[in-house]
Amino acid sequence: MDNTRKEWLLNAVLAGALLGVPLWAWLANEPFIVTLATRIAILAIAGVGLNIALGLGGMVSFGHALYLGIGGYVAGIAAHHAFSGMPVLGLAGTNQMLPIWAMAMLLSGIVAGIVGALSLRTSGIFFIMITLAFAQMGFFFALSWPAYGGEDGLPIFLRNQFPGLNTARPWEFFLLAYSVLLLVLAAFALIRAARFGAALMAIRQNPDRAAAIGISPFGIKLVGFVLSGMITGLAGAMMADLTRFVSPAMMAWTMSGELIVIIILGGVGRLFGPVAGAAILVGFEVFFGGVSEHWKLWLGLVLLAVVLFARGGLIGLIAGRARHG
Amino acid sequence: MTLALILEQLLNGVQFGLMLFLMSAGLTLVFGVMGLINLAHGSLYMIGAFLCAAVAGATGNFWLGLMAGIAAAAAAGALIEVAVIRRLYARDHLDQVLATFALILILSEGVRMIFGPFPLYLNVPDALRGTVNLGIVDYSLYRLALIGFGLAVAVGLWALIAKTRLGIQIRAGESDREMIAALGVNIRALYTIVFALGAALAGLAGALVGAIQSVQVGMGEPVLILAFVVIVIGGIGSVKGAMVGALLVGVIDTMGRFLLPRIFATFLDTSQAMGVGAALASMLIYLLMALVLIFRPQGLFPAHG
Repeated sequence: MDNTRKEWLLNAVLAGALLGVPLWAWLANEPFIVTLATRIAILAIAGVGLNIALGLGGMVSFGHALYLGIGGYVAGIAAHHAFSGMPVLGLAGTNQMLPIWAMAMLLSGIVAGIVGALSLRTSGIFFIMITLAFAQMGFFFALSWPAYGGEDGLPIFLRNQFPGLNTARPWEFFLLAYSVLLLVLAAFALIRAARFGAALMAIRQNPDRAAAIGISPFGIKLVGFVLSGMITGLAGAMMADLTRFVSPAMMAWTMSGELIVIIILGGVGRLFGPVAGAAILVGFEVFFGGVSEHWKLWLGLVLLAVVLFARGGLIGLIAGRARHG
Repeated sequence: MTLALILEQLLNGVQFGLMLFLMSAGLTLVFGVMGLINLAHGSLYMIGAFLCAAVAGATGNFWLGLMAGIAAAAAAGALIEVAVIRRLYARDHLDQVLATFALILILSEGVRMIFGPFPLYLNVPDALRGTVNLGIVDYSLYRLALIGFGLAVAVGLWALIAKTRLGIQIRAGESDREMIAALGVNIRALYTIVFALGAALAGLAGALVGAIQSVQVGMGEPVLILAFVVIVIGGIGSVKGAMVGALLVGVIDTMGRFLLPRIFATFLDTSQAMGVGAALASMLIYLLMALVLIFRPQGLFPAHG
């Protein structure tokens, strides 16, 4: 079986398992497992977002937790104002997910546009550091701004709503997150197959040659970075609704690190890489976290082994190297 | 707001800056010579602090603890270099970030396994207890000693790099790795020495700061990120840049936290001014770093050319 078919088969298995396991858990009345699957789906959405910048565009953003946090705070602040009935900046609060998601993506996109426009003037280690610096700015701003909880974070008392669903039920909220994940994956596949995706990958492989055939690296990368931030922002809004809590920790630099880890464990630039990576990370936390309080030690060792010896991640290990290196 | 208070904050800023310099010097040397971005540098800081607190607690002697902290950090650094870091020099920055992120997880959990989940406390040595009168302000003797320590180490490091044979090799390594290997310098040993030297400086900083903060797992990461800000501002690879950057970051951060809420209080009500001032002050150095990167992407003192 050639590698492309192996990868599609693996993708199908991953998509099926992510639906099948919580379905079984729902029928067996195990809401905890349904919630875990929801967490995997939402982390995977965030990972798909980062995969556009990192996997397709080769932009190592060490600050994507910023967009996760922006999305989270949009959901938290909207619900906070819907609850209190006080408008914010002339806008009424809302507990409807659709306008919250739109706002989360819009704000993340604007911030990603500003951060990207400034950061993409640099490259290499400087790009890593400047994206980290912007995320730290957001983190410390959220930490010390008292209006929305500051250090203590902001609770969402009732999960925000989606038309036709009872989002308070774990299984219905899972189905929503799973559907969004499939949509986002489809969007990633479309972007990768489009002329824009080809240009983005060409710039990653050789910016000078890309420029020589008439592709402007800056503009294409900036658009990729903005799309990437928007999808991660969407995941942030959903993550806040899952935990019904948003705090500066969502913007912490370790969160940015975890998002990169998700992509690396799964496979950089692979369509289902973030899904595999998120499943590995959450699975690790649950299974080893139950066995030993020092599970992070084992996670570190596995991560080290993957970086040193298995650079394609899980999907690379099973389906071989990607066609375009 | 008196002159004495401002002077005290200024000294605090300088003291903070010099401790940041000890962290940044190792980080910037490792990047300059080996081209490696090492997130686990904060873990070496933590190891220095833990060993110092443990040995000082057991023997009652701070200076013995300090020696143990430096030695442990240097040994851990050499071990990590030989076991892991060595394989990363030829890799891209993404792999370096991830592998050293993994090292943070391993080292933090390792320290937690050995020393337990609770913070350790390290007392200021008896000889450096109390305050000293500096004309208009009574200042903590220990913090003043930290300033002295920091300056002494900076001078020692300058002498090492500018005047010794090892320093020549380090500088040569920064400009052309292949060439000095071809000239017969054992480049692998040089890398291990540079890494251990940086680790020792981080361990020293951790042990010294441990006496004025609690010694706990995770103490290294906030300092690590500040050290990155320092070396990006100063110019990655430049020890002089690290010194200037560290002092800038230390003083601006300390003075910003002190002055901004008071400035805002002149035209906002007090609680609002505290909030806005504190929020802005905590972002100040990142703002500075972003500005430096935008206008001087290579930092204030670019190491090459």
